[in-house]
Amino acid sequence: MGIANLPPFVVFFVFALLAPLLQGKSRVLLILAPVLGALNLFFNGADSTGMTWEVAGMSLSLYQVDRLSMLFGYLFHLAAFIALIYSVHVKDTIQQVTGLLYAGSAVGAVFAGDLLSVFMFWELLAITSAFLIWARRTPEAIRAANRYVIIQVLSGVLMLSGTIMLYQQTGSLALTAIGLDDSAASWMIFIALGIKCGFPFLHTWLTDAYPLATPTGTLYLSAFTTKVAVYLLARLFPGEELLIYIGAAMTCFPIFYAVIENDLRKVLAYSLINQLGFMVCGIGIGTALALNGAVAHAFNDVIFKGLLFMSMGAVLTRVGHVNGSDLGGLYKTMPRTTLFCLVGAASISAFPLFSGFVSKSMVMAALLEQDQTIVWLMLLFASAGVFHHAGIKIPFFAFFAHDSGLRPKEAPVNMQIAMGLSAVLCIVIGVNPQWLYAMLPWQIDYTPYDVTHVLTQLQILFFSALAFVWLNKQGLYPPELRSVNLDVEWFYRRPLPAAGRWTVARLTGLRDGLSGLFHGIVGQFEGRARPMPTGTVTILTRRMAYVFIALMLLALASLTV
Amino acid sequence: MSQSDKDSGLFDNPAVVTWILRVFYVLCAGLVIADFIVHRHIYNDLEKIPAFYALYGFVACVILVFVAKWLRHLLMRDENYYEAPLDAADASSSSTHNDKEHH
Repeated sequence: MGIANLPPFVVFFVFALLAPLLQGKSRVLLILAPVLGALNLFFNGADSTGMTWEVAGMSLSLYQVDRLSMLFGYLFHLAAFIALIYSVHVKDTIQQVTGLLYAGSAVGAVFAGDLLSVFMFWELLAITSAFLIWARRTPEAIRAANRYVIIQVLSGVLMLSGTIMLYQQTGSLALTAIGLDDSAASWMIFIALGIKCGFPFLHTWLTDAYPLATPTGTLYLSAFTTKVAVYLLARLFPGEELLIYIGAAMTCFPIFYAVIENDLRKVLAYSLINQLGFMVCGIGIGTALALNGAVAHAFNDVIFKGLLFMSMGAVLTRVGHVNGSDLGGLYKTMPRTTLFCLVGAASISAFPLFSGFVSKSMVMAALLEQDQTIVWLMLLFASAGVFHHAGIKIPFFAFFAHDSGLRPKEAPVNMQIAMGLSAVLCIVIGVNPQWLYAMLPWQIDYTPYDVTHVLTQLQILFFSALAFVWLNKQGLYPPELRSVNLDVEWFYRRPLPAAGRWTVARLTGLRDGLSGLFHGIVGQFEGRARPMPTGTVTILTRRMAYVFIALMLLALASLTV
Repeated sequence: MSQSDKDSGLFDNPAVVTWILRVFYVLCAGLVIADFIVHRHIYNDLEKIPAFYALYGFVACVILVFVAKWLRHLLMRDENYYEAPLDAADASSSSTHNDKEHH
């Protein structure tokens, strides 16, 4: 059957072409893209013999199916489904089209069977996603999108360079474990993935741009780019020890920023890096349990982080901003959004019976099995911290805290449906993790719900909350302040442009100086070419006479010596 | 949630908040007591410390907040540090037409 071998991204791209034709209520039909795609994947995916593409004598694979790519394939269809419901009310065609192209590129990347095809979708992801930030159309968003696209393309260039070098060395473009060795190729690909995965020092594109995209745009962004990077890390660098330490650093450093950040969507962006840290760490450990934990957590994170971004997007849509300093008391008029946000908060904090619990505990258990005590303590610290900022701070400052006097309407119905769907999924997966575990790529036997796990996790969470209550009562909790906090982006937003301006100023100075000199010389000749007024002739004659006399005197002086 | 009276919600009532906190404190105490009753699997020597997770969670969050507050001295800048709004019109438009979705 022909449709069995149709690469899944094609469905999204076809619907993206149709999107501009659908106006008004018929825009709802776009939801069919992920539905049809997922049905096709479900009924025909496993039977696919794949599809190859002959380019310049090379055979590129656009459709390669295994359990890992299937898991991410379903995840991305689900994420696109939720995002499309959430954005039904959006009348901006650019967002509709690029959202679909972006989701399609992510699906393309996970089913791509070789490095060159991956690169192609890697770049498509970069470009299509940037439009979701540009679509906000504020000067800040446009500038952030410009920075975003430069960094994303840099990642693509590294990926392509690494791929070409690897091809020259091995003659293969196969998407198999590369591992870090002393070849530049492996490092280039590693850093390309690291940029998109938000490794420390390479992460600021994320915290810079995600809070500035449109409400629906940020939902798309949070689902795809970083998760494609996690998928590829699991494919290319499983069990790479360095990743354990990078992941541990990623879990810890963003939570400090999250505590003092005012823009609640930026808090979520930092929290996204923190969650990616758990996945990266799991991939670094590399055992079946850890890898399953990493991909299961990626699956859950797309849903619960999406849910949190959706609830903040709803607040942004209704209030116009998401600054913690100016929100509060919204639960009175947005009760359903509040409830959905609380479900997302419980899930990301890994409360028992919510989805985060059943996947994060796998990574933690794998760390204990490997006797990685320090890293385990770091991740435990991060678990307490994530509850503190994403579990408590986000819902507390947005919906409770002091009454801001804001009385916005409840979120649009389609937004509520999308949030409700995600909330239900968070609880269903949390209560019945076997459904998710059955889809995991590696064979394991793991039960998250035993007395020890539940008790210890509840202790961590309740006492983190107790710390929050105590600090608040003592007046020690840092107030939400309108501010920006310096991060690595400072280097490319302050000294780098300053150095650029300095260089340009010097070069223009030099150019102006040279052209001044040139014009002076040319001017002299031009002056000669024009017929001179008589006065000038007299002056010139006199000057020539002086020069003649001086020369004669010099000649006489030389004779007398 | 009290939908009828939108100006004073359920959580504006100090008595309600006090009760919520009381229940919360009791639950915290219960979790520590449970630690001594329930048999826990020990994977790591640190876990032998009584109520290790509770202590760690509390201390971690207090340290987190103190370090973050200290980081503020180092990292916090004015809201317009990187780029001041281009002009007054831009500043107002960025908050009102933040979203083209409702046109």
